[in-house]
Amino acid sequence: MVLYSLTFYLFSSVAVLSALMVISAKNPVHSVLFLILSFVNASGLFVLLGAEFLAMILVVVYVGAVAVLFLFVVMMLDINFVKLREGFLQYLPFGALLGIVLVIELGILFLTDRSSNIYNNQTPLQPIVNEVENTKMIGQILYTEYFYLFQICGIILLVAMIGSITLTLRDKGGVKRQNIDSQNTVDASKAIEKKKIKIGEGI
Amino acid sequence: MITLEHYLFLGAIIFTLGVLGIFLNKKNLIIILMSIELILLSVNINFISFSAYINDISGQIFAMLTLTVAAAEAAIGLAILVVFFRNLGSIEVNKINQLKG
Repeated sequence: MVLYSLTFYLFSSVAVLSALMVISAKNPVHSVLFLILSFVNASGLFVLLGAEFLAMILVVVYVGAVAVLFLFVVMMLDINFVKLREGFLQYLPFGALLGIVLVIELGILFLTDRSSNIYNNQTPLQPIVNEVENTKMIGQILYTEYFYLFQICGIILLVAMIGSITLTLRDKGGVKRQNIDSQNTVDASKAIEKKKIKIGEGI
Repeated sequence: MITLEHYLFLGAIIFTLGVLGIFLNKKNLIIILMSIELILLSVNINFISFSAYINDISGQIFAMLTLTVAAAEAAIGLAILVVFFRNLGSIEVNKINQLKG
């Protein structure tokens, strides 16, 4: 149990510190790298909670796809980042005040709930114990009870894919494309021209 | 002993950091998108800790749905960012007023 607590505090403190660095780093490339660190630590916490499949999905999807996409965009666009940080100190007092108020309110919410009888918080959090492993459990419920949800996920991803392709697709002028309709409707009288050429002269 | 509260506090702190990131980096659209990712991560932490708390796997399914929406949102957001940068040569959020909203 001590090892569990130590691991929790290690992962959660690194996750919180790197989340802090995400919003305060000067260079956006460093921000993206700290975001990756934060997600890796969160996936460690998921392993502690017994959600191994989601932990691996988090690493594959976020670190492998989303964070690399961010990194790609940050490096591809030539952005003047110094100019973008101008308002940072100006908004800092207001933002800090807002953050403190938010944390205190959420803390009050949890602490007052402890006295109510809705749930007993004093039991240690354990992973779900079952004879089948986590991935199999998710599969058994995802393809039966939540099948429509799964299909909707697919549609959301399709819409996102089509949307981002149509947004970024650029039609440059001067590119010759194949026009199948005009190719099919062509006939010999339009395509071929006969000319009488006198011998020894040329066109 | 790690209870549900520890995980809820962690989720609350990461959520607050995400909201704070939107406020502090008002001009930088990339950092705002990353802050939204942090907020969705804190939602995922809450889902999975409650799933372990009530001993039910359904929370992990909904965490997966959140993950899908987060990935779609990041892809579309970055596509809009690229188009915006191509048109204006800058990603300052306060210049996005072409819709006059």
